[in-house]
Amino acid sequence: MHHAPAKTSASLVARGQVPREAPARRWYYGAAPGQQPLHAALLVSSLLLLALAGCSQEMDEQPRLEVYETSEFFEDGLAMRPPVEGTVPRGGLRLDVHFFEGKVGGQLATSWPDDITIDRAFVERGRERYDAFCSMCHGLAGYGDGTVVARGFPAPPSYHIDRLREVPHGHIYDVITNGLGRMPRLSDRITPRDRWAIVAYLRAMQIGQHVEVDDRLRAEVERATAVEKSPGDGKGRPHE
Amino acid sequence: MPQIFHPSMNTISRLSIFGFVFILILIGFIGWALARSPYQTGQGVVRPQPIPFSHEHHVGDLGIDCRFCHDTVETHASAGMPSTEVCLNCHSVLFRDSPILAQVHESQRNGTPIMWTRVHDLADYVYFHHGVHINAGIGCTSCHGKIDEMPLAYRAETLHMEWCLDCHRNPEQHVRPRDAVFDPHWVNTEAKEIDPELLLKAHDLQSRTQCSYCHR
Repeated sequence: MHHAPAKTSASLVARGQVPREAPARRWYYGAAPGQQPLHAALLVSSLLLLALAGCSQEMDEQPRLEVYETSEFFEDGLAMRPPVEGTVPRGGLRLDVHFFEGKVGGQLATSWPDDITIDRAFVERGRERYDAFCSMCHGLAGYGDGTVVARGFPAPPSYHIDRLREVPHGHIYDVITNGLGRMPRLSDRITPRDRWAIVAYLRAMQIGQHVEVDDRLRAEVERATAVEKSPGDGKGRPHE
Repeated sequence: MPQIFHPSMNTISRLSIFGFVFILILIGFIGWALARSPYQTGQGVVRPQPIPFSHEHHVGDLGIDCRFCHDTVETHASAGMPSTEVCLNCHSVLFRDSPILAQVHESQRNGTPIMWTRVHDLADYVYFHHGVHINAGIGCTSCHGKIDEMPLAYRAETLHMEWCLDCHRNPEQHVRPRDAVFDPHWVNTEAKEIDPELLLKAHDLQSRTQCSYCHR
């Protein structure tokens, strides 16, 4: 006899008189009429709680990590992670020894890498980089008399000496990349292409500061400086 | 029936009715002023730093280029903070024994970073890219103020959205020739000599005010 109620309800469902999912949805819809205001109050108050949460500035400081932030997740406390040792980033394979190390057959390169085209724009780029990264010590014209040297940093040699006029291009590239003596490496801040641009500009500087002055050139220089001396733009470069 | 209110209440009631309106306006104004005050924006407020690094000395006196230390400013979203190695480029020799620099040497020895206090922090729902602005001809000092005169760094601007839009609507007021971007002494008066239309064309600049341009 105790099977009878189950049979009844099953047959009611079959005839479509009781919704199939009614028992499962009872918590929301099946409450007695007197209970409905209570549910509405719960709903409204939970919405209000949500609205309260909006009062804090959590959108300003989202739980993601930004560059240079600290992180409690990693042991060293840094959010920025170093690349895994021994890995090469996409496009970071440096097979061209001439271009990336300034060497050919183990010797410092005397020629320009194939990827480099020396034109005005390239030398101008080198000048911009030189002024930003080198001029504080080496001076704007390469005489080793920059502002940091004036503060007591050991003076680097002038570029305009025979020894440095004769060094291969690869030597200058190598010094920028790895440093030499007191000079730090700058490979952490200057890309290989820009290093070659600096080498090109340095070569241009060396040529520009080592010209035999004949009468024709002297006259030209005098004419040019006469123009420059008239109301200057204040952007004159020393030694030029 | 005895009088409940004294006749003076007439004046008081009128005053409080009209006064209420003024109080509302006053509260609104205080809120408006507070949101723009240094208390809320941090504008002009010097942050304590672990090492009293002076931009005035390094940029103003020595003329060191911004990029020497902030080397990703042309290519990345973040301008980049110098590593301890960069500090030691010079300070391995200069002022080496100064107590101010003790932390730099300690950082070098232990491989622990120097914990600078961030001066400019935008809300996380704003996307900002330094490289885009630099390459569009917006100078460092346009946003960071006279950094070459700051012994300790502070925010020169409110970093409010209305301040961003002020430039995004009229970029020709702020855009510079490419070689003046990192010049801390460049002033806007020079821009008036250069045709702003030409500058805009040279940098291929447009007014960028779509929401999704920054809120992405």
